[in-house]
Amino acid sequence: MLNEARREQLDKIIKRYPKKQAALLPALYLVQEQAGYISKEAMQYIADYLEIPYGHVLGVVTFYTMFYDKPIGRHHIQVCTNVSCRLLGSEPLVSHIGKQCSIKPGETSEDGRFTLSEVECLGSCGTAPMMQVNDDYHENLTVEKVDALLESMK
Amino acid sequence: MTDTDIKYLLPGIPDLHKINVYEKEGGYGALKKALGMKPDDVIEEVKKSNLRGRGGACFPAGLKWSFMPKNSEKPKYLCVNADEGEPGTFKDREIIEHNPHALIEGTLIASYAMGVTTAYVYIRGEYVKWMKILEAAIEEAYDKKYIGKNIAGSKYSVDMYVHRGAGAYICGEESSLMNSLEGERGYPRVKPPFPAQYGLWGCPTTINNVETLANVPVIINNGADWYIKIGVEKHPGTLLYGVSGHVNNPGVFELPTGVLLTDLIYKYGGGVRSGKKLKAVIPGGSSTPILRGDSIEGVRMDADSLMEAGSSIGTGGVIVMDEDTDIPDIIERISRFYHHESCGQCTPCREGTGWMEKIIKRINRGEGKLKDLDVLLDVANNIEGNTICALGDAAAWPVQSAIKRFRDEFEAKIDVEKTAAA
Ligand SMILES: Cc1cc2nc3c(=O)[nH]c(=O)nc-3n(C[C@H](O)[C@H](O)[C@H](O)COP(=O)(O)O)c2cc1C
Ligand code: FES
Repeated sequence: MLNEARREQLDKIIKRYPKKQAALLPALYLVQEQAGYISKEAMQYIADYLEIPYGHVLGVVTFYTMFYDKPIGRHHIQVCTNVSCRLLGSEPLVSHIGKQCSIKPGETSEDGRFTLSEVECLGSCGTAPMMQVNDDYHENLTVEKVDALLESMK
Repeated sequence: MTDTDIKYLLPGIPDLHKINVYEKEGGYGALKKALGMKPDDVIEEVKKSNLRGRGGACFPAGLKWSFMPKNSEKPKYLCVNADEGEPGTFKDREIIEHNPHALIEGTLIASYAMGVTTAYVYIRGEYVKWMKILEAAIEEAYDKKYIGKNIAGSKYSVDMYVHRGAGAYICGEESSLMNSLEGERGYPRVKPPFPAQYGLWGCPTTINNVETLANVPVIINNGADWYIKIGVEKHPGTLLYGVSGHVNNPGVFELPTGVLLTDLIYKYGGGVRSGKKLKAVIPGGSSTPILRGDSIEGVRMDADSLMEAGSSIGTGGVIVMDEDTDIPDIIERISRFYHHESCGQCTPCREGTGWMEKIIKRINRGEGKLKDLDVLLDVANNIEGNTICALGDAAAWPVQSAIKRFRDEFEAKIDVEKTAAA
């Protein structure tokens, strides 16, 4: 389920903790990095690997918002709509992106390219409004900046 | 040199994140000094410095360290809290980006003082870039033998790892953080037992914020007597103030504790945008009570002064709102946040945060009733103090303070005549 390089990585991570279960979040990240999401089979695989119940893995995957149990778009656009960003126009930004990608927050575009989410404060309030696309932060956003970014993701 | 020139967290030295630059600036000297002291004397120095936690609760750091048992059969742990989830807070990432070795050095000194065998940095999952910077810095420190076996030629050994969270605000709360690190869902634990007795895997554990630990090297280097003179004596040192919202020059400013709130907004933050008037300020992250713009003259940014003003220093994240801001709308957004992030374990919080959001939403839609404001206060009062962790309080304070200080704005959205009878 995990390729060899990632399995080696996981084995190294496991050694950092007195109990294997502590490597659960790191293990789930490795799975997600490889497959894009965490399938039921992957959860079973991780459960066996770390010697913990499948139900526990499932409970953890569903508790944390950054784990996906279904495939999502190639570009996950996450716009912060919390206070500082809201004060500086995150709302119109979400509508604009939604229109450009023909999706509403929570949806994935038909071609599988974009998923749009409204998210909570990303610790970037001084450079609001801002959004995260996959791992990268994009700050001090304007409509022009967003358009250029969307263009580059096509 | 005046107090406002003292900048040890973000001194603006190019490439300070690289270990050789950090060493050239005297870095890791404090660690070597500490390793030559008795662990108890290190704790004593930090106690004398009056260093208080920067994660929101202002707890005295030295006192917290002294709770750790001296002779423990079990290993001891330190968790570095880099979850930085409180809306309006964006300071710890600055330390990690520009001065990661100060955090590492502070963590190592704290670990030595408490006899910790492993330190884990719990970093919010979205901070991928900062996680990589920190991991690179930790690797450098391992290579230079500041971390690992017999650090800096001493008899003391310690490991330090980064552990990535996965997008749950509640995991910034110290006991949820420990559960999350153990690979559990991030539910807060009932206290007592306290972490110093029963923490990670049931072992003695201390949790400190990034900024708290990054203050430790200067305290050891320059001594508590020097440190206590910066800013306010009961809450000394510099703070990383994050100023955001409707200001011309938002950002993180390193200044002594006790700086005037008006200076932060007008002098450092460049004043309110477009020459508008100030309506409201949230002084320390979204959970701290909102203040009226016309009530902040003379208010200083330290624990006591803000408490006197009816709010709290929190994380030092100052959110500025101009005269056009719709306060009930902002409070709805804050309530939505706490409702979304409530872990659902305690009934008053799980149900109460949902009700608050629903009622404020109704008011904002123009469908509110006059008695809604009293119901809101009632719900908020019933959450406050009745939950395992402080998320419930954090959800209640913005609502209570906004109704107290901006009641007219809520009432203006309610059709009094139509709903008086209802
Ligand atoms: C809901 C909730 C969220 C919290 N989030 C954070 C956080 O993101 N970072 C942090 O350092 N402390 C956070 N805290 C405070 C921690 O529980 C703890 O007090 C702090 O990390 C202790 O470090 P300090 O004494 O050095 O401040 C949070 C508390 C609560 C109740
Ligand atoms: S409010 Fe948007 S990053 Fe903090």
